[in-house]
Amino acid sequence: MKTFSKARIFGLIWFGATALVLTIGFYKAMTAPTEATMGNLYRVFFYHLPHTILSFVFPYLNCGASLLYLFWRNRNPTRALAADAFALASAELTVLYASIGLATGMLWGRAAWGIWWTWDARLTTYLLLWLLYVSYLLLRRFAAPGQTAVLAAVLAIFAAIDIPICFMSIRWWRTQHPAPVFGGGADSGIDPGMVSAVLWNMLAWAMWGALILGLRYAVERHRQTSEAAVGLDFVRDQAFSPALEAR
Amino acid sequence: MSAAPLPIPAVHLDRVSRVYGNFAALRNLSFSIPTGSSVVVLGENGAGKSTLLRILAGLVSATCGKVSIFGSAPREQPRRLAYMSHETMLYDELTALENLHYFAALQPSLLTPEQALREVGLDPALPRRLGEYSQGMRQRASLARVLLTQPDLLLLDEPFSNVDVASAQHIVHLLQRYVQTAPRTLILTTHQADLARPLAHTVITLKAGQLAP
Amino acid sequence: MNYARHVLIHLRKDLRLEWRTKDSINGMLFFTLLVVVVFSLAFDPTAYPTIARQISGGLLWVALLFAAMTALNQSWAREVRNNVLDAQRLVSAPASALFVGKALSNLLFVSGVEVVLAPLFTIFYNLHPLGQTWLLLLILPLGTWALVVNGTFFAALSLRTRSRELMLPLVLFPISMPALLAMINATTNVLTGEFEPGLWIKLLLAYDIAFSTVCVLLFDTILHAD
Repeated sequence: MKTFSKARIFGLIWFGATALVLTIGFYKAMTAPTEATMGNLYRVFFYHLPHTILSFVFPYLNCGASLLYLFWRNRNPTRALAADAFALASAELTVLYASIGLATGMLWGRAAWGIWWTWDARLTTYLLLWLLYVSYLLLRRFAAPGQTAVLAAVLAIFAAIDIPICFMSIRWWRTQHPAPVFGGGADSGIDPGMVSAVLWNMLAWAMWGALILGLRYAVERHRQTSEAAVGLDFVRDQAFSPALEAR
Repeated sequence: MSAAPLPIPAVHLDRVSRVYGNFAALRNLSFSIPTGSSVVVLGENGAGKSTLLRILAGLVSATCGKVSIFGSAPREQPRRLAYMSHETMLYDELTALENLHYFAALQPSLLTPEQALREVGLDPALPRRLGEYSQGMRQRASLARVLLTQPDLLLLDEPFSNVDVASAQHIVHLLQRYVQTAPRTLILTTHQADLARPLAHTVITLKAGQLAP
Repeated sequence: MNYARHVLIHLRKDLRLEWRTKDSINGMLFFTLLVVVVFSLAFDPTAYPTIARQISGGLLWVALLFAAMTALNQSWAREVRNNVLDAQRLVSAPASALFVGKALSNLLFVSGVEVVLAPLFTIFYNLHPLGQTWLLLLILPLGTWALVVNGTFFAALSLRTRSRELMLPLVLFPISMPALLAMINATTNVLTGEFEPGLWIKLLLAYDIAFSTVCVLLFDTILHAD
C-alpha cells in the first residue's frame, strides 16, 4: 500500500512537470518565427515531429517487454504479467502517437503540398507501422483468454523485425522510381529560431508519453489482479505474490 | 537403518488452480495418486474434469500451484504418459493403420502399429478410412494410438461418451488387462459411473473445480 | 537427420490428406481462375499491352495471396478436426518439424496453382514479357515461400483466437507488406524489362531467411500457448 501511494505522489509530480513543459513547448511553438512560404500553418510541425519520432521508439519498448514476457513466462509468472501489461501499454501508445503523427502529417501535407496524402517513402512506411500495431491490438482483442499474452508477444517480435525491413524496402522502392515530389520534413534545415521550440516540444511529448504509458500500465496491472481475484478470491494472496512457485 | 525411499507418486498436485479469464475451472486442488492405482474422476459438466486431465497431460498449464508427474513437470516425460480425449485424435481421411504408422514414427513406440490394432481387436488390414468406422471402432483405434508407447500413466477423458454399451464394456475390459500386466496408473473421467466402476481403485468427485467430500 | 525425417513424415501425411480430399487445391484453382476473370473486367488487357505488363505482376500476387489464404486456413483445420492437434502436442518429435512439414506442403500446393495460373495469365492478358523471363523461376518460389511460411505460422496462431479465419489476413497482411512489395516489383520488372529485379530478389531472400528463422524458433511457443 505504501509503495502505491509513493507511486501516486511521483505520478502527480511527473504530471505537474509535464504540464509545465507542455506549456513552455506550446508557447515556444506559437512564438517561433513565422515560416516564409506556409505562414502560421507550419506550426503543426512542432507537434508532428515529436509524435512521429516517438512512435518509432514505443515499438521497441513493446518488443523488449514482449521478449521479457516470453523469457519470464515459465520462470516468474508475476513478472511476466507485468511485462505483458507494459507491452500492451507501449503498443497502444504506438498507435496513439502514430495516429496523431499521421493526422498532423496530413494537415501539413494539405497546407504545404496541396494534397492530403501522397505515397512517398516516409508516409508509406509510417502507414505500415500504424497498420502493424493496429493488427497487434486486434489480435489481443480476439485471442482466447489466457493465451492473449503469448500470442501478442510473438506477434510483437514479428512486427519489430518487420519495421526495419519495411523501412529499407520502401526507401528502395521510391528511390528507384522517379524521385518523389517532396523531399519532406526537416531535411532542408530549419531556422535557428525554431530549434528551441522543436526541442521543448520533443521533451514535452516524451514526458507526456511516459506519463500515459505509466498510467496505462497501472490500469492494466490493476485489471490483471482484479480479474484473477474474481476467479480465485480465496487464493488471492497466494496467486499473485512474488513467492509464487515457478513451475 | 536407511528407510526405503518413499515411492514417487504418479501424480502429485499441490494447490493447483486454473483460471480462464475470471472463471476458475480448478480451485486450489491438492492430491496424490500413487503409481499403479486406477482412479475414476466423476463430476458434472463444467466441474473441471477435462481441465484436470489436460493439466496432467501438460496441454494446459496451471495458473498457480505445482503439478508433478513421476516427480517432474508434466511435459518433461512425454514418453511415460498418454492422453486420449472423447474425440479420436486421429485423421478421418487415413485408415487406422496409416494413422498409427504416422504417430508411431513421431515417438519411440514399443508396439508396432499392427500389434496395437490387434490389441484393441481391430483388423490392421482393414482398408477403410477412419471416417467410415463406427463410433465404437473409432474409439478403439484411438485407444490403439495411446497404447503404442505402452505408457505408465494413461489419461482418458470421457472415453465412453459417444460409444454404445457393448463397445464401452470392451474398452473397460481392455483397460483392465492393460493396468494389470504392469504397475500402470490410470486416470479416467466419466459421468457414467456404473460403467467405470470395475476399473476404479479410487473414485474422486469434482464439483465446481474442487474435490467434493 | 532425425529432424529431416520428422519433417518428411509430416509432409508426406499432409500430401496424402490433400490427395484424398483435394480440398485446398480445388478451392485455390477455381478461386484464382475467378480472380483472373474479375480483374480482366477492370481493364482491357489486349488493347493496352503496356498497361497489362505493368499491372499483371501485382494482379498475379494478389490473386495468389487470396488463394493461399484458403489453403492456409484449411491446412490447420485438418489438425483441429477430431482434436488431432493435442496428439501432435504430446509426441516427443520436435514441434517445429510439424510446422516445417506443413509450410512445405503449402508451398507445394500454392506452387501447383502457379503452374496452372501463370500460363493462364499469359494467355488471358496477352502478355509478352520484355525482361529475363527465367528469373520468374526464382521469384515465384521465393515469393511463395515468403507468403506461405508466415501464413502457416499465423494460421496456427489464429487457431487460438475467436473467428480464426478472419484473424489470419488481419495479422498476415501487415507483416507481409515488404515481401509483397518485393515480389510485385520483381515480377513487374521482369515483365516490363525496364529495371533490374536483382535488388528485389535479394530483399525477398533476406525476408525469407529472417522470417523462416523466427517462425521455426517461435512455433513451439505458439503451439503450447495454453
